[in-house]
Amino acid sequence: MRANCYIAPNRVAIEDVPDPQILNPRDAIVRVTSSAICGSDLHLVDGYLPTMRKGDVLGHEFMGEIVELGPGVRDGFRVGDRVVVGFPIACGDCASCQRGLYSLCENSNPNAGIAELAMGHSPAAIYGYSHLLGGYAGGQAEYVRVPFADVGALKVDDGLADEQVLFLSDVLPTGYMAAELCDITRGDTVAIWGAGPVGQFAAVSAFLLGAERVIVIDRYPYRLRMAREKAGAEIINYEETDVLDALRETTAGRGPDACIDAVGMESHHASAALHAYDRAKQATRLETDRPHALREAILSCRNGGTISVVGAYGGFVDKFPMGSFMNRSLTMRSGQAHVQRYMRPLLNRIRKGEIDPSFIITHTMGLDDAADGYDIFKNKQDECVKVVLKP
Amino acid sequence: MSRSSTMDVRSVTEPLGVERVSQPNGAEGVARLLGWLSLGLGAASLGAGREMSRLCGVDDSRVARTVLRIAGLRELGHAATLLVPRRAGWGAWTRVAGDVMDLTACAMALRSRRGPRRRRLLLATSAVAGITAVDVYAAVRAASRPRPLEGERVTASVTVNRGVEETYQYWHDFYNLPRFMYHLQSVRRIGEGRTRWTAKAPAGRTVEWDAEIVADRTNQLIAWQSVDGSPVPNSGRVEFRRAAGGRGTEVRVELEVIPPGRKVGALVAKIFGENPQQQVRDDLRRFKQVIETGEITRSDSNPDGISVRRQMNQRPGQPLATPIERPVATR
Repeated sequence: MRANCYIAPNRVAIEDVPDPQILNPRDAIVRVTSSAICGSDLHLVDGYLPTMRKGDVLGHEFMGEIVELGPGVRDGFRVGDRVVVGFPIACGDCASCQRGLYSLCENSNPNAGIAELAMGHSPAAIYGYSHLLGGYAGGQAEYVRVPFADVGALKVDDGLADEQVLFLSDVLPTGYMAAELCDITRGDTVAIWGAGPVGQFAAVSAFLLGAERVIVIDRYPYRLRMAREKAGAEIINYEETDVLDALRETTAGRGPDACIDAVGMESHHASAALHAYDRAKQATRLETDRPHALREAILSCRNGGTISVVGAYGGFVDKFPMGSFMNRSLTMRSGQAHVQRYMRPLLNRIRKGEIDPSFIITHTMGLDDAADGYDIFKNKQDECVKVVLKP
Repeated sequence: MSRSSTMDVRSVTEPLGVERVSQPNGAEGVARLLGWLSLGLGAASLGAGREMSRLCGVDDSRVARTVLRIAGLRELGHAATLLVPRRAGWGAWTRVAGDVMDLTACAMALRSRRGPRRRRLLLATSAVAGITAVDVYAAVRAASRPRPLEGERVTASVTVNRGVEETYQYWHDFYNLPRFMYHLQSVRRIGEGRTRWTAKAPAGRTVEWDAEIVADRTNQLIAWQSVDGSPVPNSGRVEFRRAAGGRGTEVRVELEVIPPGRKVGALVAKIFGENPQQQVRDDLRRFKQVIETGEITRSDSNPDGISVRRQMNQRPGQPLATPIERPVATR
């Protein structure tokens, strides 16, 4: 089959690889009908998350049709079912899964030993997301193996288009969880760094959860326009306006009640010098992640407020404003999305028409054009927000 | 294990009866000390070159002062190789090489020195010779790797999301062990409380031994020991405890390979691998997977399941080319 593979930093290519097969009783094989390129795929391809190998099949946002089932798959799945698959691989049986913390599944990462060396304890494995997180083949391919299919796959109705349900695999639950972690009470003001797909959905979700004002921060006018027009958010372009001043001003000195970092390890700063400082440290491995957005989120949050971190980080950051964080009684909550916890309720919201996630799609391409898609998405060409790939 | 420390405060691990495998680290200690010495010497030679050259009796020559300064720089290099890596291995040998250079320099300097300078230089030379002896000792000790399998005791633990009864029962059926202990091919009951263990050895061969259960307390503990005359004298015990708050069961395993002769030692290494500690830890991860999910977790890069031994040399994360046997449901 054809699959989009990691070749080297900044290089992906369509390669001919073997078809996946059932390896375990609870596996399913899914024929992919749509997959998407995620911002975190860019971190992998940019070379900021270690343990990628030449030939790794990428992609953790995908959906399709079950074409083969292992004998142990529970819950009445059938060949022919149309399913969307959550990106964390989760067994459903360990203590973490049973607490609803699916992205912390204790059994899905066969490379847990390496992850423990890097992070102390291992999180769940993720499709096509480095060997540190399992070394599983991803879904930017014609077919994909889905382990623990009864936990990872969600059946979707025929009435809904791929474009409406595909993002249940990652960015919609991630954005929703980002807002949920803020413990929003009615009337709250929420600021969101990053107007990519996760930031857009975080803005939509913050309103759904009762926020009165949502302010989205980015530097690309077309993305800010989307946040204003589709999500109804107020906007700040950090290349034109000082973010801390603007947030202090617009909240009359209080600061937002909650701040969401939907950017992660490759953030930018309006000051070329400050950006160069962290970029140089990253290049020389003095830090692995550039935390400009996170620093701003902490400094601008109101006293006693909450920082919600869903942008992807890989290792270590410098100049973390711990003094501000501690002295002002801030709370930080974070995590890879526990997708399986949110898929069903969010599917219901899509059915009811409360959310139509398809608004983020700007590009639909053939799988064979994946390399182009990565390029356009990374370099923010052609007003790109989200690329969907059709095998 | 520290029985008790000051004020009789006991370690939290002590009531568990877990004995930490203590690595002899005397050689490491000496190597570190030499590292700090290098750092001091290097800093002194660079920062107080004049005083150092007077001390060594070579303050009369510009060349000697330069040589001393270069030696100082080199000492900083030694310090880095000895202090930075987690295991000071070959770092100690770089110091020996440096000592040879220093002794040569001293011998050359001695040829042209008389009087008090010669006395001070002789003193410095003998100091270098003394340090050389310590360096050689440290290098030899640090480079010789400890032999891990002579009577080694390894321990590992895991928490499983299952009740104590189920966990104990699964383990008590010894024929379940090969499902998650990859070095075993089979464990069979042969009567009279005895079991026959068959382990995989390289080249498709197997090694067999008989073991007897020496302790069995329901839902608490199972201990076994190979019977006399076993080719691989070994013993093991597994303890089960209710986790705090009733959140699953804590499983603690302790395996010991009784000090074997050289030939048996090689056999043991073939069966248990280079790092038995790591292997037991992997076994327990697989045990957790099997008892919680009913299967061993396999990814495309680890089609055989978890194995730290193979982790450094994984296949890429793409589907296998060769067909495997279709798995059957187990629960």
